Amino acid sequence: MWSSFIEWINQPWPWYVAGPLIAVVMLSLILFGKTFGLSSNLRTMCSILGGGKSCDYFDYDWKQQGWNLVFALGLIIGGFIAHEFMSDNQLIQIAETTAEKLASYDIYVQADELLPSEVFNWSNVLSLQGFIFIVLGGFLVGFGTRYGGGCTSGHAITGLSDLQKASLLATISFFAGGLLITHFVMPYLLNL
Amino acid sequence: MLKFFKYLVVGIIFGITLTKAEVISWYRIFEMFQFDAFHMYGVIGSAVVIGIIGLQVIKYFNIKTLAGEPIHMPPKKFSWARYTIGGLIFGFGWALTGACPGPLFILVGNGVNVAILMILSALLGTYCYGLLRNHLPH
Repeated sequence: MWSSFIEWINQPWPWYVAGPLIAVVMLSLILFGKTFGLSSNLRTMCSILGGGKSCDYFDYDWKQQGWNLVFALGLIIGGFIAHEFMSDNQLIQIAETTAEKLASYDIYVQADELLPSEVFNWSNVLSLQGFIFIVLGGFLVGFGTRYGGGCTSGHAITGLSDLQKASLLATISFFAGGLLITHFVMPYLLNL
Repeated sequence: MLKFFKYLVVGIIFGITLTKAEVISWYRIFEMFQFDAFHMYGVIGSAVVIGIIGLQVIKYFNIKTLAGEPIHMPPKKFSWARYTIGGLIFGFGWALTGACPGPLFILVGNGVNVAILMILSALLGTYCYGLLRNHLPH
């Protein structure tokens, strides 16, 4: 009984386990009197780093958001626990069609690897390809989420659950942006 | 200190869930944008369906927060420019890094050190938005 439980824990979790758990996390934060939204932490961290001195967007009482930083710290710890104690280092089981598309760029899923190490590694950062995927990609995440007033957690999960029109438009735009890059730009980037 | 503990616990649950469901994997995001698998749509879709039901239950029964205060979901003021342009820009970054802000933190916990550089880049992006925001359509 126990060993089969451990075996189950170590396997990747299906969508119908993860999705409901994400909803539980969102609803728990609402019952705590807060709103689920990770990208607010980016603004908070800029504020802590002294951004308020040069820009009024970061000049606010960030301590109100202290709970969200603790939540983000929990994310790091949770990632560590799952990686160290709840994993048997299986390959990510992506669809065969996806694997074939990636193979045409010489990218292959490897054991204990969440992202393609061919692209995402420190020595690639200074190449054009690595710079675009890692540094420019991160920049666009930070710029876009704050411009759009939220990310996947704030808009796609919380906002859609609250049936907000703004969040529906934001979520459609997230996907439109991702599809544009994946289908029209990434074929060139992966060949760099 | 104790009042922060519950946020840490919920954060740990979230970090474990997104790791175990491989939501933090670039491969899964790439696969999602290729429409090759249902996995990511199932994760987001079932979260939203249960979220809608949960929020309706909260509203119908007028459920209060643990502190006894009324639950208020801040309405987001609708605007075409802000959510279209901002959303597209985030979508570009989402596809490239394969991560949204939550997974960036979870990746660090998984020992993906290069995610630290993505977070620093995201902070620079946020800072640049702060500098430019008065000149951008909202």
